Amino acid sequence: MAASLQSANPTLSRTLASPNKSPSFATFRSPFLRFNSTSVASNFKPLVSREASSSFVTRSAAEPQERKTFHGLCYVVGDNIDTDQIIPAEFLTLVPSNPEEYEKLGSYALVGLPASYKERFVQPGEMKTKYSIIIGGENFGCGSSREHAPVCLGAAGAKAVVAQSYARIFFRNSVATGEVYPLDSEVRVCDECKTGDVATVELREGDSILINHTTGKEYKLKPIGDAGPVIDAGGIFAYARKAGMIPSAAA
Amino acid sequence: MAASSVISSSTFLCKSSSSKKDLGISSFPKSSQISIHRCQRKSIVSVMAPQKDRSPGTTGSVKTGMTMTEKILARASEKSLVVPGDNIWVNVDVLMTHDVCGPGAFGIFKREFGDKAKVWDPEKIVVIPDHYIFTADKRANRNVDIMREHCREQNIKYFYDITDLGNFKANPDYKGVCHVALAQEGHCRPGEVLLGTDSHTCTAGAFGQFATGIGNTDAGFVLGTGKILLKVPPTMRFILDGEMPSYLQAKDLILQIIGEISVAGATYKTMEFSGTTIESLSMEERMTLCNMVVEAGGKNGVIPPDATTLNYVENRTSVPFEPVYSDGNASFVADYRFDVSKLEPVVAKPHSPDNRALARECKDVKIDRVYIGSCTGGKTEDFMAAAKLFHAAGRKVKVPTFLVPATQKVWMDVYALPVPGSGGKTCAQIFEEAGCDTPASPSCGACLGGPADTYARLNEPQVCVSTTNRNFPGRMGHKEGQIYLASPYTAAASALTGHVADPREFLQ
Repeated sequence: MAASLQSANPTLSRTLASPNKSPSFATFRSPFLRFNSTSVASNFKPLVSREASSSFVTRSAAEPQERKTFHGLCYVVGDNIDTDQIIPAEFLTLVPSNPEEYEKLGSYALVGLPASYKERFVQPGEMKTKYSIIIGGENFGCGSSREHAPVCLGAAGAKAVVAQSYARIFFRNSVATGEVYPLDSEVRVCDECKTGDVATVELREGDSILINHTTGKEYKLKPIGDAGPVIDAGGIFAYARKAGMIPSAAA
Repeated sequence: MAASSVISSSTFLCKSSSSKKDLGISSFPKSSQISIHRCQRKSIVSVMAPQKDRSPGTTGSVKTGMTMTEKILARASEKSLVVPGDNIWVNVDVLMTHDVCGPGAFGIFKREFGDKAKVWDPEKIVVIPDHYIFTADKRANRNVDIMREHCREQNIKYFYDITDLGNFKANPDYKGVCHVALAQEGHCRPGEVLLGTDSHTCTAGAFGQFATGIGNTDAGFVLGTGKILLKVPPTMRFILDGEMPSYLQAKDLILQIIGEISVAGATYKTMEFSGTTIESLSMEERMTLCNMVVEAGGKNGVIPPDATTLNYVENRTSVPFEPVYSDGNASFVADYRFDVSKLEPVVAKPHSPDNRALARECKDVKIDRVYIGSCTGGKTEDFMAAAKLFHAAGRKVKVPTFLVPATQKVWMDVYALPVPGSGGKTCAQIFEEAGCDTPASPSCGACLGGPADTYARLNEPQVCVSTTNRNFPGRMGHKEGQIYLASPYTAAASALTGHVADPREFLQ
């Protein structure tokens, strides 16, 4: 993949891999490493089945058979949950790349949902959610390009979204940041799951599944598609480094 | 670093112009049918539609037709051919960011490329504070300060700053709403790739370019590299023919289309607009059309450039550009045809832009206020239209009517340009006579709610007819508020009746 990208675009590495652009790559952290964040405040602590030691940058090459599992409570929403409901515009003054404001964004995750959602995603006064899996209908994340949307879900402690379909920019921002895993269900799971159900998402090559332990039902998830390599690499920066587009930390 | 960035930027320029020559044959098999246009002072060459005859295959290149979006992406990725589904690295011509996403994008840029890193090209980054400007919110003010710091440090050429919040006119550089400012300042050019950290960046597709919204992380990547990984979208074609009735506006057309295909009908796809109606539209109306493709989930919207486009662009930039057009044998995933002469004014009812209804079907809906503004409905012609209707009606508004010009230029037009048929009155005079609120300082305003002290923000669960783009719950502030999206004509008519109204009541 790396080789083909380079050969297809021979000018890229020449113009971009300039040595004077590389000073601080040692500080690069794959956003996916945060899956093992210690700050999850919940009885149903979402689990990642593998250890933090292996970085996603090398994962797909070194451990192709690796399994990944998210376990926890579901939070169920409907169709066309737009970014204003995920994070209302008044909170966009928070800058996600600033760690304190990142945490704060999490406390406002899904606060824009109408009052008809009796059970709130993040309890008032809390910083984190007790729900690690969000289940939605069609067109999840439509609307604005604000990256604050996937960021606030990830910051609140959500690990994965399982929806019937996504709006393009939300999906892309989820992949690029590695904040939440955006997964497509084959059927309309939002009608069959309830907020508070206990569920597991198992990511497996070819046949990822969602298991609802409360109802005992199991659902097939669609393959992640073209975004797979970017997710596997650990986001767009790690992917580009792997492909030789930009200098790697080791270079 | 400075040297290398200068070199890389200049090689880019040379490369793009020479590669057009070098690759002209192999890269663009139909280049003979594309009228090459260079914006060199008044040397307007005719813009031809794609012709049917083709030069024989002397180069061995594949003779697959491409849509304009595919051609723009092929050129920007230095490939001879791209097809929908290809994942390609694309050279970016312009990256736009604003006060809401700029601090995060630059934060990621620094985190990933280092504290001392320089952006890929300080002349290709456009920074436009516009979202949360006239507010006492400290964090919002701080974000503009952060952008000023970055722009100074990175020597960003196009930073449209504001420091005096008390009087926007004291800030000669300040523009206002980014998508309108981009066009007015000559940053929108046919054939180019424009990315912005705002979903309505697709507005610029009106100029025949590829324009789409991205997140902070992607923008941070572009800041450092000038490139982005994109998947080539399939193109849906919308052919709009027929004479546009005098009471319709581009807003009616796009609400009609979104109602037809739904808020996810164009997800991942390009929406290409053509037909005789499109040809008759002004640039601002074309911008309205492309502005809302994201409300159908579209990746980008695009309109073939013509004399209207070139006239607008040439008056605003000296940067060379080269329009492209869809081939006659290009593949489209869908074709929609509309006879515009038969359409009626429409609105999008709460709480979705595809919740379409005829304006006249909603005449029993009592409203509390009207809002005219935003990148969608806050341009000069939008205010001219509202003023024209107010003048024709000669009546006063029944509900508070808020006016937020998109940019400083629009604001000046509102106060300076005579409204046709009004005996020389300006929009501002007509608005005052009709009892509207005084036009406010240009910015994104209450279109997206914003900080609690934002002018005209929907702080109560009221019903608002708005010329903006989204009516999701809470969009303009209050979660239980109800927003009816409408054209400036329909908004003005509704202001006069206090109900959702069909503008034909006043225009015929």
